[in-house]
Amino acid sequence: MSSFSVTEPSKRSKWFAGSLVILYALITMIPLAWIMLTGFKSPADAISYPPKVFFEPTLEGYVNLFTTRTRQTDEFLAANPPETWYEEIVRQYDMVIAGPSKFGERFLNSVIIGFGSTFLSIFLGTLAAYAFSRFKIPLADDLLFFILSTRMMPPIAVAIPIFLMYRQLGLSDTHLGMILLYTAVNISLAVWLLKGFIDEIPREYEEAALIDGYTRFQAFYKVVLPQAATGIASTAIFCLIFAWNEYAFAVLLTSGTAQTAPPFIPTIIGVGGLDWPAVAAGATIFLLPVMIFTVALRKHLLRGITFGAVRK
Amino acid sequence: MGHLATGKLCLMTETPITRAAAATPPTVARKIKGLSDRAIAWTFVGPTIFLLLAINIFPLIWTINLSFTNFRANRLNREVEYVGFRNYERILTDSDIWLNMQATAHFLFWTIVLQVLIGFTLAYLINKKFKGNDLWTTIIVLPMMLSPAVVGNFWKFLYQPQIGLFNYIVAFFTGKDPSSFEMLGSVDLAPWSIVIVDTWMWTPFVMLICLAGLRSIPDYIYEAAEVDRASKLRQFFTITIPMILPFLMLAVLFRGIENFKMFDLVVQLTGGGPGSTTELTSINLKREAFEKWRTGYASAYAIILFVTVFGLASIYVKALNKVKER
Repeated sequence: MSSFSVTEPSKRSKWFAGSLVILYALITMIPLAWIMLTGFKSPADAISYPPKVFFEPTLEGYVNLFTTRTRQTDEFLAANPPETWYEEIVRQYDMVIAGPSKFGERFLNSVIIGFGSTFLSIFLGTLAAYAFSRFKIPLADDLLFFILSTRMMPPIAVAIPIFLMYRQLGLSDTHLGMILLYTAVNISLAVWLLKGFIDEIPREYEEAALIDGYTRFQAFYKVVLPQAATGIASTAIFCLIFAWNEYAFAVLLTSGTAQTAPPFIPTIIGVGGLDWPAVAAGATIFLLPVMIFTVALRKHLLRGITFGAVRK
Repeated sequence: MGHLATGKLCLMTETPITRAAAATPPTVARKIKGLSDRAIAWTFVGPTIFLLLAINIFPLIWTINLSFTNFRANRLNREVEYVGFRNYERILTDSDIWLNMQATAHFLFWTIVLQVLIGFTLAYLINKKFKGNDLWTTIIVLPMMLSPAVVGNFWKFLYQPQIGLFNYIVAFFTGKDPSSFEMLGSVDLAPWSIVIVDTWMWTPFVMLICLAGLRSIPDYIYEAAEVDRASKLRQFFTITIPMILPFLMLAVLFRGIENFKMFDLVVQLTGGGPGSTTELTSINLKREAFEKWRTGYASAYAIILFVTVFGLASIYVKALNKVKER
């Protein structure tokens, strides 16, 4: 930007715009920073007035998140001195660790269902998007609108018959059931995003490949797929984030085996109500991967969000 | 899935044909190799359509069917009777449901107004291309990437009257006592508490769409305006605003649909309370369907909601296309 241009903002307006945006960004970060701070507080510090920014950090929240605890008699506590650092944390409340909590399982469920449904939506979505982009499909616009319109239904409205259907098919509270459901929800977005990316790849590449003796399939996976790789990757991230964050279906259709983390985290109960440090610890573990992902892959992600929404 | 398997099979056996095809003219070659384009098109689209039919359309038809019955999902042995339009009649004449609709309208209106205003302003500022703008943009985007249920649950903590950070900060700037107001507990403030969190979370989405819009305006239009000595203010109203309008309208459409369906964030924050001041239609629907187990009634309710969103969205898209054509 060395040459003079009338459309280039002046230095002063850049500085002004920059400081306002940074101010907004910092304000918007406060709740997230507070979640992470609270995860390292003791229950007493978490509910102190005025709210504490400086405090003595402790891993109590994390220990409580991953364990279940029971109260024990003084004789028992005296006879069994704590062996590990986490036992020691629990002992200050005259408790012992009874076993692991459900958090690990719920987190693993989130991973399995998230990745499973993302893989399936991308696999099916890429094929459909390619077909919509390259072939004359009768009523293509109507079909595309139909695919998109399935997203307009409130999840609860869909959940009623799905609940009944899954009960009949034995799919309720199973990983497979949730994977299929999230795939069905994600695929509309995937097809729309991917069609946009594939539309951008010049048809000439494939035509050249076809003339060279490739079949349509070969042209598709040897020419189009590599070209669409970034688009596919960013679409995958969107699908993954949706499945990762989803709550309504998860809370209605799962209760045990296949329950994901979002319905579980708000139910972490401590002594006398919600155990806020443990809730915050769970939230941190659950949210941090998405935040790191977003910052690390910002170039593709930001393009992807607008790409899906803005097509000409 | 059967179609897909045949597709793969043909892929493996076609090498000799490919070799032969190399010698034939391309137009002929295309006809004899593998599946026809049409067959491929349907094999590719088929599984997606099938999945959507099975998990979206079939349930929708089932819901329509249930909406005419008095079925209750927790009493399977009871005989199911067809009751005609009675469920619909009861819903449309129920004054409580109109209260829920009002709560939803308040939520929709204010979230859209605030998000468009703040989102557009931010996009306009970011488009000044100051140093490091892409990193700050990403940081602003973070809230919308996170799980609404988990974040909503934590906002409940921030809104606590005595110990909550939100109340403390508001008290710090206004000089009020932080325990003198309850964001989630008071009938007047609760509807605003959900507007604030939704705006915090989703303004970045509107911002990103606006940013894409601003970046799509070619520089030469401004250069031409500059040559014509149009003032900056005039340029803003005659170039920037009209050119960004379709983008803004699209952002409003997306936010409108999403917030009409709003469930996770609000159910975690307020659970619909106090009373039913923040009981948006989705939350009310969940109560009817999964707490009171009035499945038939809830199905009719779901259909009414779906028709409303679909109808409003279709009208809106028509208007949007008119704006785009100009």
